Amino acid sequence: MLKLSDITKTFNPGTVNEKTALSHLNLTVNDGDFISIIGSNGAGKSTLFNAIAGSFMVDSGRIELDEKDITFMPEHERARTIGRLFQDPLKGTAPDMSIEENLALAAGSGGWLSVLSKTERSVLREKVALLNMGLEDRMNSPVGLLSGGQRQALTLLMATINPPKILLLDEHTAALDPATSVKVNELTDKIVSENKLTCLMITHNMQSALVTGNRTLMMEDGNIILNISGDERSGLTVDDLLTMFRTRSGRALDNDRILLSKNGI
Amino acid sequence: MIPLLRTALELGLISSLTVLALFLSYSMLNVCDLSTDGCFTLGASVGAVVAIAGHPYASLAAAMLAGVISGFITAFLQTKMGVDSLLAGIIMNTALYSVNIAIMGGSSLLNMNKTDTVFSKIQSIPVIGAFELNKLIIALLAVILVAVFLYVFLRMKIGLAIRATGNNPDMVRSSSINPAMTTIVGLCVSNSFTALSGCLLAQSQKSVNIDIGSGMVTIALASLLIGGAFIRSTKMSHRIAGAVLGAFLFRLVYTVALRFNMPAYMLKLVSSVIVIFAISGPYLKSRYPEFARRLEKRRC
Repeated sequence: MLKLSDITKTFNPGTVNEKTALSHLNLTVNDGDFISIIGSNGAGKSTLFNAIAGSFMVDSGRIELDEKDITFMPEHERARTIGRLFQDPLKGTAPDMSIEENLALAAGSGGWLSVLSKTERSVLREKVALLNMGLEDRMNSPVGLLSGGQRQALTLLMATINPPKILLLDEHTAALDPATSVKVNELTDKIVSENKLTCLMITHNMQSALVTGNRTLMMEDGNIILNISGDERSGLTVDDLLTMFRTRSGRALDNDRILLSKNGI
Repeated sequence: MIPLLRTALELGLISSLTVLALFLSYSMLNVCDLSTDGCFTLGASVGAVVAIAGHPYASLAAAMLAGVISGFITAFLQTKMGVDSLLAGIIMNTALYSVNIAIMGGSSLLNMNKTDTVFSKIQSIPVIGAFELNKLIIALLAVILVAVFLYVFLRMKIGLAIRATGNNPDMVRSSSINPAMTTIVGLCVSNSFTALSGCLLAQSQKSVNIDIGSGMVTIALASLLIGGAFIRSTKMSHRIAGAVLGAFLFRLVYTVALRFNMPAYMLKLVSSVIVIFAISGPYLKSRYPEFARRLEKRRC
């Protein structure tokens, strides 16, 4: 269980560019939850992920994972239990290293002085074969030669090769072409359900925010303004969601990508 | 011609250890380690002092240990103290100047004419002594050991993590590895090679002076880039061999140039020009189409 209590983060405090990205935010994520997060540009969605992953320390508040206080734990230590995918498919892999080497690092088995064994190689190969992209025959080619979709699928595999307690997906299919995006989404669903992962996903697709997973959050001005699940959520349409946003935040939703894709996929 | 080749080979092999150090720090870790000059001299002076004290073999280990310490401090400055990585190297270089003179007992020159060195030790073996193969054999042995070690090291998990740190530090962090740690380990290892290189050069020429390492970083970088131009494989073993080959080719060209009456002091200018060409060549090449179009337009 992930518990954020009274989290605040202000960027550039005391300057004209001061921006409170997270303002006294509270959130409890139960084990097995799959939460979709939507919100305007600059609502604090990615900042929330950065706070959870430890990219920066929050100004105040407390972050607990499975009853353990991780508020001051550095990013690379949190990464043991928190997996993360970014919108940019280039962010999660080392381009000059081979598929096998990237996976070996992510898997992190063995001591510092260990060399990948034959058995470990074949295990990694089998895992890559599950992606169904033919990458298992290119284990030794540099990741930089792969397409964005292939790299994102590989990053997904790397983030979940040791099933994390929390998986953070920050619009991880937004930079891919529609067909690849569908494929990576299917892969995500498969991996999440097979490993029963607890997952938070930022999306700009209102429809999928209502259909995917079991909870929907809406963020605005560094806080959560809508937190729905269960029966309340199952009957909702995209228009309901937009109306709810308007009444709660006092203005229309302004997220260019959401508006563009409202009626699309 | 044979003595010429031999000198090039000996010097090339000894300096290839520094090239291998830069291969690790520059090509793998993506850190341009400007403390190389100072660290080279550090290895030379520590090695000389220990050898003069009567321990020619221990001098190699002592020099490498000194290199590790120097590398650790450089890495610590840039990962934990907020000093820019280039600046950290420059500062270390300056500091090492004083340290090196202090190690040599306040003098800027040490003579080892009557000292037992690793090279003189094996001279008593019949065949080696008769053909004066001692320098070649020791240098070759050192290069093979270091190259094999580097090859295995880069295949280990720590080696992969070091390569990834130079490639995409974000990815290293998300693999639960601290990139500060990998940078520290990488620079410790690379500087131990640099120091060993300095130690061997000093013992082979039987003297150390405080300038023995000056310009080494440019010379080694030139060798590294020459090697990379000749061996374009992405295979790690080939790239390591390429670094050694580059060091040899560089020395060969230099020795031949000396034969044709190029003054010895031109070495550093030549190596700087090589580095400039090797680094800006690909850049200029990528800009060429744009340049050509502009030229075309002007002509019309």
